[in-house]
Amino acid sequence: MRTRFQQQMEELREKLLRMGGLAEQAVDRACQAYSDRDLARCQMVLENESLINAAEREIDELAFDVLATQQPAAIDLRFILAVTKINSDLERVGDQAVNIAERVMDLIELPAVELPVDIPRMSTAVSAMVRRALESFVEGKAELAQAVLEMDHVVDRMRDEAFISLVRKMNESPQVTQQALDALLVARNLERVADHATNISEDVIFWVRGFDVRHHAQELAAAEERGQRSAPPQR
Amino acid sequence: MGVGITVEHLNAFYGKTQALFEINLNVVANHATALIGPSGCGKSTFIRCLNRMHETIPEARVEGSVRIGDFSVYNGTSATQLRRRVGMVFQKPNPFPTMSIYDNVASGLKLNGFRGRKQLDEIVQKSLQNAALWDEVKDILHKKSGASISGGQQQRLCIARALAVQPEVLLMDEPCSALDPISTGKIEELIFQLKEQYTIVIVTHNMQQAARVAEFTGFFLLGKMIEFDKTEKVFTNPTDKRTEDYVTGRFG
Repeated sequence: MRTRFQQQMEELREKLLRMGGLAEQAVDRACQAYSDRDLARCQMVLENESLINAAEREIDELAFDVLATQQPAAIDLRFILAVTKINSDLERVGDQAVNIAERVMDLIELPAVELPVDIPRMSTAVSAMVRRALESFVEGKAELAQAVLEMDHVVDRMRDEAFISLVRKMNESPQVTQQALDALLVARNLERVADHATNISEDVIFWVRGFDVRHHAQELAAAEERGQRSAPPQR
Repeated sequence: MGVGITVEHLNAFYGKTQALFEINLNVVANHATALIGPSGCGKSTFIRCLNRMHETIPEARVEGSVRIGDFSVYNGTSATQLRRRVGMVFQKPNPFPTMSIYDNVASGLKLNGFRGRKQLDEIVQKSLQNAALWDEVKDILHKKSGASISGGQQQRLCIARALAVQPEVLLMDEPCSALDPISTGKIEELIFQLKEQYTIVIVTHNMQQAARVAEFTGFFLLGKMIEFDKTEKVFTNPTDKRTEDYVTGRFG
């Protein structure tokens, strides 16, 4: 047993989970700030971005070190590749949270108006996707990750509905165009977060099952039918 | 050109101890095939069964069939005839220490009664070139003995010696384990080039080496071949849990 190697792998896992927690918290705070028109929360999101960026660099350095010195193979190699990709996705989740916070700061400057979009509902769905994607990583369960992929369509639909209703609102009431545009961008940012959660889930499936499901989820189902293994990796 | 190797129901024994169990394998011509596995798993025994080197050990015997190209290894062929077609390179370079570099390469041909100085010169040069050693020794061919050059050069000299008799298959039993990284790199580069002309079977403890040089990899454990597949599959997503445990270092 390669003790040092196993310790490094565990360290990677823990660092990524901590970063996942930061990214998830950033999205939740930004969405809460939208609902409450809370400037202080927006500031917190902006300030914490540097923590997420630092975590990204730290994880990349450790992964690079492990690849260079331990020459991992098979499930370990797939794990490290997945970690580096998930790392990049989580950093972008943090960026999206910052984008949302900036839109909210813009909205706070403007008069509050009623808009035909349910951002809290959308944020609940997106947060659930991020959380489940991270859970699938923690538990090494491809089934959980697969469920996240299926949720992406729901968020896409919410984004489309938001787009249609907000554009209509802008046509009907041009005086709220700025607010509607900000809300539209928030919806788009949330949809992007959902895309990152989808990417994370695809990486978990690659790590656990050893095949790439990006862009062809149907093949995943076919592989399931052929009875390819889906047991969690033994760590 | 290299030829394929077909192994069917191969069982090998040392006295009453069975070392290999029901090995079935097709080695593809003009490709490198790596055999990996922990010490004592039978991979060296297996490679030695391909050119009957195991017969040098008392009470060793095999059952089953091995075909190299169109001839049967265990059915009427003499070991000498066989080894002309199947060259072998060992873990430790073993040049003939009292012979010059030239004579080391020419030895196999001379033993086979080959005469004709000009043609011999040509074959020695070509073999040394194919072993990527010619440029380093062309001026000392007759002046220096096979044992006077560096370990990496000695190993390439042994490869040149094996190539001189124009085999179809080249067996390599941990050919780089006694070499430094630079010499190892040269041998690996050589394996890459040689497989255009020869079929190569390499036993290695260095899994990265297997991953680098071989298109196919077989994993041996306790005398059985657990998995045989394309190298990339074995090292990225093996089918058998035991293979995965071995290539990820969880073994033992």
